[in-house]
Amino acid sequence: MPIMVLSKQDLLPFVERMLKDYEVIGPIKKDSFYLFSPISKPEDLVIDYPIALYPPRKFFLPAEERVLRFTLGEKLVVEPIVERPGPKVLFGLHPCDLHSTRLLDAAFIRENPDANYEARRRNAIFIGIDCLKPCDEYAFCKDMGTLNVQSCYDLFLTDLGNEYAVEIGSERGKEILEKYSSARAISEAEMAKLEEVRRERDKAFPSKLNFDASKLPEILWARFNSPYWKELAEKCMGCGSCTLVCSTCYCHDVFDRVELNLKEGERLRVWDSCLLEDFAKVAGGLNFRPSRVERLRHRFYRKGKYLWDLFGLMGCVGCGRCTRHCLARINPIEVFNDIFKEYSQA
Amino acid sequence: MGNEHLLLPRLARILEVKELTAREKLFTLQMEDAKPLGHSPGQFVEISVFGVGECPISICSSPTRGSYFQLCVRAVGLVTNALHRLKPGSVVGIRGPYGKGFPLEVMRGQDILIAAGGLGMAPLRSLAQYIKDRREEFGNVTVLYGAREPGELLFKDELDEIQSVGECLLTVDRADETWKGHVGVITTLCPQVKVDPSRTIAVTVGPPIMYRFILQEFKKMGIPDDRIYLSLERRMKCGIGKCGHCQINGIYVCREGPVFNYAEIKNLPEAL
Repeated sequence: MPIMVLSKQDLLPFVERMLKDYEVIGPIKKDSFYLFSPISKPEDLVIDYPIALYPPRKFFLPAEERVLRFTLGEKLVVEPIVERPGPKVLFGLHPCDLHSTRLLDAAFIRENPDANYEARRRNAIFIGIDCLKPCDEYAFCKDMGTLNVQSCYDLFLTDLGNEYAVEIGSERGKEILEKYSSARAISEAEMAKLEEVRRERDKAFPSKLNFDASKLPEILWARFNSPYWKELAEKCMGCGSCTLVCSTCYCHDVFDRVELNLKEGERLRVWDSCLLEDFAKVAGGLNFRPSRVERLRHRFYRKGKYLWDLFGLMGCVGCGRCTRHCLARINPIEVFNDIFKEYSQA
Repeated sequence: MGNEHLLLPRLARILEVKELTAREKLFTLQMEDAKPLGHSPGQFVEISVFGVGECPISICSSPTRGSYFQLCVRAVGLVTNALHRLKPGSVVGIRGPYGKGFPLEVMRGQDILIAAGGLGMAPLRSLAQYIKDRREEFGNVTVLYGAREPGELLFKDELDEIQSVGECLLTVDRADETWKGHVGVITTLCPQVKVDPSRTIAVTVGPPIMYRFILQEFKKMGIPDDRIYLSLERRMKCGIGKCGHCQINGIYVCREGPVFNYAEIKNLPEAL
C-alpha cells in the first residue's frame, strides 16, 4: 500500500473529524500516568507519550465482562449477552501494543471464536504510532522483535519532524484517511527521511537480550528444573501485578453474581492471574501448582514457550510493564539472560 | 462458529437423584430438548447451578444407554454442594461434552484392564457400561476398584453388572466389620492380575497419588507405556482452552485431555 504524509498541524483536525463518527480512544495523561481512554476532544491526546499504564487489551477483554444473564425461579431463563459494539478508533498505539493484539486474536478468534471479542475487534480501527526512542529503561521491544510492525494496524504514523508518514495497513485505514484527513502521497525526500528516522530509531534502542529471542522456547525448556526459579520465586511476592498490566495475559475466572432480590443474576468473566495461589487449586484443596516457584515459572514459560508452541507467537512483546509494576523489580530481560547463561554453561 | 456463544449452557433437567455414599450423589439428567448428550466415555461437561456457578464433572454413564446421562458428584466445592441440594425436576445448565475421552478405537479388539481409585470410578463406569453394551468388540476385561472405606465404594448395587463384563476385584484401604473382602491399597490387588501385556490396554483413573503407584504395577505386568491411558484432574473454568486454569506446561487438559496416553505425558513436568 502507498505511504502517505500528514502534516502535524493536520493531525488533531483528523482526530476531530473522526470523533464525529467514532468513539476515539487514545493516550491521555492522568496524574503521573498515561492511560488509554475515550476522549471527547483531540486536545486530550498526548501524542508523544512514553507508555500507557495498561495495555489496550481491556477494550477487547474487559477486566469484568458479563457473559450471561439469568432469571431464577419457577421458569429459569438464561440468555447470552451479545454485544453490538459501536465503531472505535484506537489512536496512538505503540508497536508493542499492536503486536500484543495478534496474540489475543489468536487466542479468541483463531480457534473457538468468542463472538463478543471478535465483534469488539472487528469494530476497532488501530492507528499506531512509531516509537523513536525507548519509553524507559524497562522496555525491550527491539529484543523481542516487536519494534517493527508490519501488520495489525489500519494506519501507522511515524514522526518525520514537521509531518507524519502514514503507512496504510488495510482498506479500512485507507478509507478513513481519505475521508477524514488531508493526507497526501509521500515525496521521495520524505521517503528518504522516513528511512533515516527508522535507522536512527533502531540505533536509539539498545540490544539487551544476549541471544536471539527465537531461541527462547528451547532455552527455557532446557532449564525447567534449574534452581534459578526457586531463587527468583524468593523475590516474587506473588501479587499478580505483572499479569494485571501484561499486554498478552488473558487467563480468566468465570463466576456468578446474584442480585440482592435473589431472582436475577449474571455470569461474569473476570481477569485472573496464574501467580495467585488458588489459580490451579481444585475443589477439595489439591493445588497443582502449590508453590510460588511453580507459579512464577509457569508465567515465564507461558510467555516464552507455551504460547509460542500454541500459536507461533511469542507471549512477551517486551513492553516492560511487568517490571515497571513489579514490587521486586523482576525483569524478564535479566531472567532470560540469566537462564541463557546457565544454558550456555550447561 | 463465531455466532455461537461459547459460555452459554444448554438447559438440562434432573430426572433422578440417588444417594450413593455420604459424599456422592448420582444425578440422572436429560437435555431439555431430549436429545442425547452425544458424549464418549471419559469426556466431561461443565455443569451450572445458576446463581452459584459452574464446574467440570466427568460423565459416568455410557452413551449407549439412551438419551439420558449421569453425573456422579462429590459434594466438595461451591457448585457441587449446591447440586447436592437440588431435587428431581430442577433445571441446570450443561456445556459440552468436552475433551478427549478413552481411546475406543485403540481399545477395540484388545483386552482391557481398568484400575479405578475412589471417585475415579465415575468416568470408568461410563467405559465399563460401554464395554458391556458392546461386549463383542472387546477382549477380556479386568476391573480393579479401590476405595478408602467400604462405605465409600460407589455403584455397589452395580457390581454384578461389572462382574458380567469381566473379573472385578475390590479392595478398601481400611475395612470395617461389614467388609469380608480384600484390604489394602489398590496396588495390592495387582499380584492376582494376569494379563497378556501385548494385547492389553490399561486404563486408570484415580487421585494423583494412586497414579504414581499403579503405573509402577502396570510396568511390572509388562504393559508398555503407550498402552496405558489415564485421566487428569485440573481446575477448569471454561472447558475450551482459554481460561488457562487447567494448563500443564503447554497442554490444556480440557482440550487435549482429560484422558492422556501415559507415554505422551510421562516426561511432561507438572503432569503427574
